[in-house]
Amino acid sequence: MSNPFKVLYYVNQFFGQVGGEEKAGIEPFYKEEKIGPAAGFEALLEGEGTVVGTLVCGDNYFNEHNKEAFAFIMDTIKAAKPDLVVTGPAFNAGRYGMACGEIAAKVTEELGIPTLSGMYIENPGLDTCVSKVIVVSTPDSAAGMRTALPTMAKIARKLAKGEELGAPEVEGYIPQGRRLTVFSDKRGSKRAVEMLLARLNNEAFETELPMPQFDRVDPALAIKDLSKATIALVTSGGIVPFGNPDRIQSASAQKWGKYDVSAAAALKGAYYTIHGGYDPVYANETPDRVAPLDVMKTLEKEGVIGKVYDYFYTTTGTGTSVGNSLTFGKEIGAELKAAGVDGVILTST
Amino acid sequence: MKLELRKIQIKDVVFGDKMEVNGGVLTINKDQVVAKLMEDHRVKEIKIDLAKPGEKTRIIPVKDCIEPRVKIEGEGKGFPGVTGKMVPLGDGKVNVLDGAAVVTIGDIVGFQEGVVDMWGEGAKWTPFSKTFNIVVDIIPVEGLEPHVHEETVRLAGLKAAEVIGEAGRYAEPTNVEVFEMGNHAEESAKYPNLPKVLYVEMLISQGLLHDGYIYGVNSQKILPTLIHPNEELDGAVISGNCVAACDKITTYQHQNNSAILDLYAEHGKTINFLGVILTPELTTLEGKFRTCDYTAKLCTMMGADGVIVSEEGYGNPDSDLLMICKRLEKAGVKTVLITDECSGWDGMSQPLADTTKEAVAVVSAGNVSHVVTLEPADKVIGSAKAISTLAGGWDGSLSEDGSIKCELNAVIGATSEIGYHNCTVKLY
Repeated sequence: MSNPFKVLYYVNQFFGQVGGEEKAGIEPFYKEEKIGPAAGFEALLEGEGTVVGTLVCGDNYFNEHNKEAFAFIMDTIKAAKPDLVVTGPAFNAGRYGMACGEIAAKVTEELGIPTLSGMYIENPGLDTCVSKVIVVSTPDSAAGMRTALPTMAKIARKLAKGEELGAPEVEGYIPQGRRLTVFSDKRGSKRAVEMLLARLNNEAFETELPMPQFDRVDPALAIKDLSKATIALVTSGGIVPFGNPDRIQSASAQKWGKYDVSAAAALKGAYYTIHGGYDPVYANETPDRVAPLDVMKTLEKEGVIGKVYDYFYTTTGTGTSVGNSLTFGKEIGAELKAAGVDGVILTST
Repeated sequence: MKLELRKIQIKDVVFGDKMEVNGGVLTINKDQVVAKLMEDHRVKEIKIDLAKPGEKTRIIPVKDCIEPRVKIEGEGKGFPGVTGKMVPLGDGKVNVLDGAAVVTIGDIVGFQEGVVDMWGEGAKWTPFSKTFNIVVDIIPVEGLEPHVHEETVRLAGLKAAEVIGEAGRYAEPTNVEVFEMGNHAEESAKYPNLPKVLYVEMLISQGLLHDGYIYGVNSQKILPTLIHPNEELDGAVISGNCVAACDKITTYQHQNNSAILDLYAEHGKTINFLGVILTPELTTLEGKFRTCDYTAKLCTMMGADGVIVSEEGYGNPDSDLLMICKRLEKAGVKTVLITDECSGWDGMSQPLADTTKEAVAVVSAGNVSHVVTLEPADKVIGSAKAISTLAGGWDGSLSEDGSIKCELNAVIGATSEIGYHNCTVKLY
């Protein structure tokens, strides 16, 4: 039999048996012992894993001295080299939940060690970690320890062994927001007909795609004097130099490109589109129809705008995930900001 | 209107001197098919190959799939308005080579062609791994303008299906499916207490490789129109090889539209199925308002209690889908949508390009960006290299060992938004 996997456990002052609210200010400490829920947790691993030690920190200390707390916690974990880090369960305790969530997320992200936590669905700490960490769904108070720990132990054994987890409702963890493509036993049209019949008969039904929530961005302040401003041209229309040197995808872009247009009067003659989502014939004739460098250069010459920025930025919009778009936007935005660009003409298709 | 689809189950396909079906074996006279397709002066060369379920064969880049059929009674030869004389469809008897498909390939026209694997992992993701495929490789003459190139390959595929369909003219069907419906007054008198249901089928209508055709009319040029479900089942609607491979509605899928079939199955039992509205997905905002308003108006004019709306493609048509939904729900019409999602490789992104609170009942046909790995094939019909430029592929998609890593985007019919396939999305 292989060696039992090593678990490092994190609890707050209360579950660390230091004290209640009056002890919430204590600094973090580490003991190579099984403190509080860690003992029961280890028993539930049935010999497959062992708790090598418990980190304890006051809830107030963690939230008020976040940097110092993290320095100690991360150093401790690095030194202990556990196979898995477990935080909580925090139930509906807000400050404890924040600590459990932040620690679990950081350990996974920075150290690449699997982490596991447990929280009530409304715990504010959930938002800090749920997309990166498996969080077991628990009742709202510590009375739920008896149901939370066995579920956490069961999942811990799978995580430590690198086994794939089943669906959230089957395993008992809170959905991470990952939309995974799977097969249904019925084709889509049949499911649609059944959903419609349920609606027509006023019976219960469940949508397969809850509507997304969109974020809102406040517009930047207006440019006061356009004739002194540097304007950059950015497009999601898939306009690239002939040959597509950076191999930007025709759909579902994974990257963007930037090209020096400081000496060009137009894109025509050197650029074309690799975008798979619209009729490319007219864009290939004159790529400036999608990204109007020609007009911008004319406006520059006429003094309407101060300068067209030297680089043109491009990617493909069709089928590109919002996650990738956010990344591209932040990367391109940072470059333009650093280059002192005042405004951007952003064209789609 | 009464349409009999007389299904002749195809169990194998071979080349031979004749064009016939015997004991479920489809024999194809290759020369006859080639000769017919070469009549078009824009075609330089035709190659025909076969791909059967279970064979380690990959077909790429696939443009369209078409079911070979022949009408043995009633009007309508081939595809009226496209390859045949214009006549109304939906009545008569049709011999269907059930389980066979004409699959067209050839040089990439846009980037919206796809892959069909006949075995293994890839076979799971495409409904066309289960059909006996007659693969028609169309090499056009040099210098064709892209729109003409697209039309050439589109027509070649339809003609091939017509010629091959002739093989079934005298074959005995294994089963006969009858689709019969009277006019609205008659059906409503027959089923006064059943809720009235319409199906809205959205067709992408956005230019090269992005158009659907109804009796040969480009859907870009129409207002939303009402069509009898039998007409579509009889070949009135064809694909313009459009949209990303995963959710293009191939001609085969129009001929066998699963939403129509599943609604028909409930007609007279739980619903009164009123018909199909074909709605173009246009690129302009004015166009979107016009078609969405008009679609909702047709539904309310017809007195629909419930509507299923299916999308074609993703991105800007998501807005059309939700605009139609919003209008219908506000008019008190219960609406179910079928769409797919662009939630990224990790499935963590928002799935649609638009949102509306009225869309409470949505069927998801899968994430188009879901990444799959397709093992190396023993035989590739077409060009495996095409994957690097197809929507859903990238430079490096094709490994040296011949395996392909790509998004479902590139797999024909994987996330069919008429609900033809079984993919869905689960929240993890």
